[in-house]
Amino acid sequence: MVVRAKVAGIDSPEALAQALISAFYLADDGLATAAYLALALGKPLLLEGAPGVGKTEAAKAISGVLGRRLIRLQCYEGIDAAAALYEWNYPRQMLAIRQAGDKPIDIYRDEFLIERPMLQALRSPNNAVLLLDEIDRSDHEFEALLLEFLSDFSISIPERGTLSAGERPVVILTSNRTRELHDALRRRCVYHFIAYPAPEREAQIIMLRASSVAEETARAVVAAVGRLRREALSKPPGIAEAVDWAEAATVLAKGGASWPDAFKRSIGVAIKDEEDNAHLAPRLDAIITGAAA
Amino acid sequence: MMRPALPAAAVPFVAFASLLRGNGFVVAPEQTTAFLAAITLLGPRSLEHIRRAAHATLAPPPERREAFEALFDAHFLGAVELGRETTEADLDDMRVQEDRPGGLEPAASDAINEAGQAATAAEALSWRRFGPADEIDTLRRLQRALPERLPQRRGYRRIAARRGPGLDLRRAMREAIRNDGEIFWLPRLNRRPRQRPILLIIDVSGSMKVRTDAHLRFAHTLVRAADRIEVFTIGTRLTRVTRALQLRSQEQALATASGLVSDWDGGTRLGDALQAFLAVPRFAGTARGAVVLILSDGLERGDPKAMTDAVKRLAARAWHLSWMTPLAADPAYRPETAALKAILPHLDALADAGSTERLCHHVLNLAQVRAA
Repeated sequence: MVVRAKVAGIDSPEALAQALISAFYLADDGLATAAYLALALGKPLLLEGAPGVGKTEAAKAISGVLGRRLIRLQCYEGIDAAAALYEWNYPRQMLAIRQAGDKPIDIYRDEFLIERPMLQALRSPNNAVLLLDEIDRSDHEFEALLLEFLSDFSISIPERGTLSAGERPVVILTSNRTRELHDALRRRCVYHFIAYPAPEREAQIIMLRASSVAEETARAVVAAVGRLRREALSKPPGIAEAVDWAEAATVLAKGGASWPDAFKRSIGVAIKDEEDNAHLAPRLDAIITGAAA
Repeated sequence: MMRPALPAAAVPFVAFASLLRGNGFVVAPEQTTAFLAAITLLGPRSLEHIRRAAHATLAPPPERREAFEALFDAHFLGAVELGRETTEADLDDMRVQEDRPGGLEPAASDAINEAGQAATAAEALSWRRFGPADEIDTLRRLQRALPERLPQRRGYRRIAARRGPGLDLRRAMREAIRNDGEIFWLPRLNRRPRQRPILLIIDVSGSMKVRTDAHLRFAHTLVRAADRIEVFTIGTRLTRVTRALQLRSQEQALATASGLVSDWDGGTRLGDALQAFLAVPRFAGTARGAVVLILSDGLERGDPKAMTDAVKRLAARAWHLSWMTPLAADPAYRPETAALKAILPHLDALADAGSTERLCHHVLNLAQVRAA
């Protein structure tokens, strides 16, 4: 295991947390520690948590702090090597064969190779962060492929041989926990579960992300969102929704709406499910006025 | 990095990893190495640093975080408070129990199993294992027939096929190279069919007592034969038993599952249990596009509205929702209770769960039923 205590000028979790704030991301101690350890130990970082707690944002902020390009691969069911690793440009190969006529031609040169996100990250490990987003959406076949990639950071292309990274690229994986990931995958990563933040911190996040929102508004939104998360909703509002709600209510209030009314009218940015709306309808007034008080 | 003997300072950390293993957490050797490296990196300036390093590298699953913290405190702080007792207040709200990958120790066979409640439960179950001979036979036939007969949907992964909408360029290219750059035929890709996920919910309350064992044996056969399946038991609590039922031996699987479920033969709060199921997005997601089978007599002692509401939401997610009750064995059976009457319009099928044979018959015909 190659351990580097200092990565891009960052030598402790506290320094990373400080740097993340300048990238407009407020990380708690656990996340800052896990992210720092992932960088220092050269291991992938696995972030789990409910939708909307800021997993993808964390990856973006980390790539910003490191000054590296973010290569994002959105996972989905049926994602395969051709979409994640590499693909040959078949029409071009075909044309080249036709044009070459009788002369011999190498159709496996770089110009015929289409690099997909994982190969891109492998080829430029020093200026890219690879984000494998929502791996719980992919299927087991892809997880196996990923396992191979994450254990020795190499990709084998039958026509070209094995390509391996000179240095370990920074890899961040996120999962919404819609299904359990394989133990072997969890084991290879540094792990952090992002929970909903404490009210105090969530208010800070809202003010950091949406500068137009007043502190009182932020607190009221946090209180309301906290109550909503305790209800049995199919889509409880995440941090992203809380930020949007605070912003939406601020906009409406500037247009002359009264406060509780502005919250109520902009509920659509926080609750995005018809069933949840119906479920909440009888108590919504009480929740909002209770939170605004 | 490599040292011949473990330095004295590292001993407590390595010991903590084995303590975790002893308590059912999965900790790989490379995680222990990472844990030690992390501690070196962090200083460590306080115990909090060690705790955070442990969280990041040993990766306790969020559901077992509390147990992890207790072990950590016991090991590094010498606290003795292990295993919080269940208080009366806890019993009031619906509890969700989950089997964890690490917690899955197959229950020992009765010979070496000494005293204790779990042991007696295991014993009782293994005693009752040998159901009627024809049931064993029926289940064996089910296991053989099932993989081909389960409902399928078109997957998103594409495979080479005789015909299909996609062109297999890779294969075409290889053929062309073999033929001096000439293409004589176009290989095709088609979407591979995948088995629809199955969600099986088994009522283990008192009123279902006589059928519970048979239902669990049925569930075990399904888990062994089907590709993607989740099994939960409901009574006064909701318990996930999928992992336990994955054990090959039926005896061990049932004993392990029965050790997890703590509300055998209790009262029924179906509505609340189903609501609790829907409130955990990770569980609720398993119902999406799935074949949902609920094995219950529907005798609800709680609020029928909670149950109707939950079934309605479940039906909206499921591909096919069947309610299977032993009461329907009687041909003259008509749903009488308010709850069952209310959920009837949301069900795709109200089926007979009177015998294992009827259960198997229903499951094997699901693909046809829906297509019709």
